[in-house]
Amino acid sequence: MFGIVSDLSRWAIPVVLLMVPLIAIFRKVNVFETFVEGAEAGFETAIKTIPYLVAMLVAISVFRASGALDILVEAFSPVLNLVGVPAEVLPHAVMRPLSGGAALGIATDIVKTHGPDSFIGRLVSTMQGSSDTTFYVLTLYFGSVGISRYRYSVISGLAADFTTLVASVYVCHKVFS
Amino acid sequence: MVNYIWFGMIAIGVLVAAFNGHIEVVTKAALDGAQFAVQTSIDLVAIITFWLGIMKLAEEAGLVRSLAGLVQPLTNFLFPSVPREHPAMGAIIMNLSANILGLGNAATPMGLIAMQELQKLNPDPKTASDAMCTFLALNTSCITLIPTTIIGIRLIYGSANPTEIVGTTIFATAAGMTVAVIADRILRSIYMQRR
Repeated sequence: MFGIVSDLSRWAIPVVLLMVPLIAIFRKVNVFETFVEGAEAGFETAIKTIPYLVAMLVAISVFRASGALDILVEAFSPVLNLVGVPAEVLPHAVMRPLSGGAALGIATDIVKTHGPDSFIGRLVSTMQGSSDTTFYVLTLYFGSVGISRYRYSVISGLAADFTTLVASVYVCHKVFS
Repeated sequence: MVNYIWFGMIAIGVLVAAFNGHIEVVTKAALDGAQFAVQTSIDLVAIITFWLGIMKLAEEAGLVRSLAGLVQPLTNFLFPSVPREHPAMGAIIMNLSANILGLGNAATPMGLIAMQELQKLNPDPKTASDAMCTFLALNTSCITLIPTTIIGIRLIYGSANPTEIVGTTIFATAAGMTVAVIADRILRSIYMQRR
């Protein structure tokens, strides 16, 4: 199963890269011109995200460096303990939606300290693999089209993150202990 | 809501730093954050430009429309406000497929293209539309078949079986995605009544 999926991942982009121009040529599209025409908007699209990302990443960076995030972790600990999350992985759970780099750093440190094949190591690996940097994604995607009112996206994103966390803990207990 | 979160992070951050007696970290952290943000956006230029070109080709060749048509029953349910065979659908499908396969580099440009297409259908360009909220709920909770980065780290630190977390990851992401879809539906109807 894993082999097939892994091959699929390796082949997906090369196949797309070959098939799209091939079918386009077959349908009499001017492939080079069309590619350039589409690619024209690339710079603008990427640059447009700068103010939004700066706003969000500055706030996250200040929040983290000041030590406020550590306080948040402690405040959340009793709640997360209730659903069976071991204390060692708490910082990762709280950090994950805010900062991808920091969460990966924590996960790496836990894997190194406890060993990749320990229960904690497997759990944090599952948590890292199954979750996304929700705030970063929202900021980037909404920012690229100039949207500043996110409505209920933050709530549904965090609800999903929390579910993923609980599901990771549950399934790791079932499979690994 | 994002206003309060943003203000809260900055205000609490500054206060905590002052209280802990290391107020100087705030200035450095702010600059570091800004620098990282600009770097990220600049890094995106190359990959977005490339995929926008490929997507334009796919669109002209009629591939985006046929892809959108292929998964129509599912997308009709998830995105009732987006017309059938709209180019947004093709981009959404490609973004989610790339996410599922763990191809982060391809997923982001596809996602930004999808947002541009959805923005064309949005009556209020400053406010997120229903379809955008649904798309982002799916995107941030998307099922992952291969978490490539963490498998690499497990390998580095000598795991006997680095890929043994693939199954548990699929389970956890499937649960998260289910809740994302349900939460999105419930919140959408709550917010609709408020308007």
